[in-house]
Amino acid sequence: MSERITQTRGAAAGAPAETSVADAELDCRGLLCPLPVYQASRAIDRLLPGQALRVVCTDPGSLADFPALARQRGLALLSAEERDGVQVFRLRKDGDG
Amino acid sequence: MSALAALGAVPARADGRARRLAMVASKGTLDGAYPALILAATAVSLGWEVGIFFTFYGLDIIHRKKHRKLKVPSLGNPAMPVPLPSLVGVLPGMTAVATWMMKRWMKRSRMLDVGQFLDIAREGGVRLFACSTTMGVMGVRAEDLVEGVDIAGATAFLDFAADADVSLFV
Repeated sequence: MSERITQTRGAAAGAPAETSVADAELDCRGLLCPLPVYQASRAIDRLLPGQALRVVCTDPGSLADFPALARQRGLALLSAEERDGVQVFRLRKDGDG
Repeated sequence: MSALAALGAVPARADGRARRLAMVASKGTLDGAYPALILAATAVSLGWEVGIFFTFYGLDIIHRKKHRKLKVPSLGNPAMPVPLPSLVGVLPGMTAVATWMMKRWMKRSRMLDVGQFLDIAREGGVRLFACSTTMGVMGVRAEDLVEGVDIAGATAFLDFAADADVSLFV
């Protein structure tokens, strides 16, 4: 299974939480449930507390699934946006995640 | 965004224990295996504990050879992939056609196959209970099953399921 994760650490250092930067990015375009949530979960495992993950999806179910993932794992859902069938989420790991 | 952010950071359970999903997988078909394995992978992603009791034909899902050859039944399946009357399902080869179509759809959607989902389950610590009664009745040996399964009776599964937050029969 290929996971396309781009580390962009450094760009986020000291940045306010509500900007669009993240510590890691995950491209889940074209993937269907459960793979976006599964891959996001794996990527979150690799984050340090306080770091954020940006995920790009095209499964319309993601709009319901990512808030649920955040609730279940105790993550902060910083933003959830959809435009032209593409959803973008930013999740921050606060505790153990 | 503040409302969305407020949704985060809710503890999974008040007592701090991980949530638990207990499933019975009773169908040895491709369309029976996927829901159980997808729910297991999802629950693992949420940090839940998962156990699946593979019983009767569901045991084929963790059979070393048969899990690669699970089929989509055409007979008695009015929703089968080929849009033809149900009666056509009795014709030879229709199960093969339905199975081929489902596998093609899955591949086109970049969905994982059963073996890959089993890998995710094992990596995520999912307990795979192989029903010992089914093994006895059907003559299945321990070495016929994939690695990492627990051979157990219904009692051991119910002991696991007694503490489950979600219990499903698939």
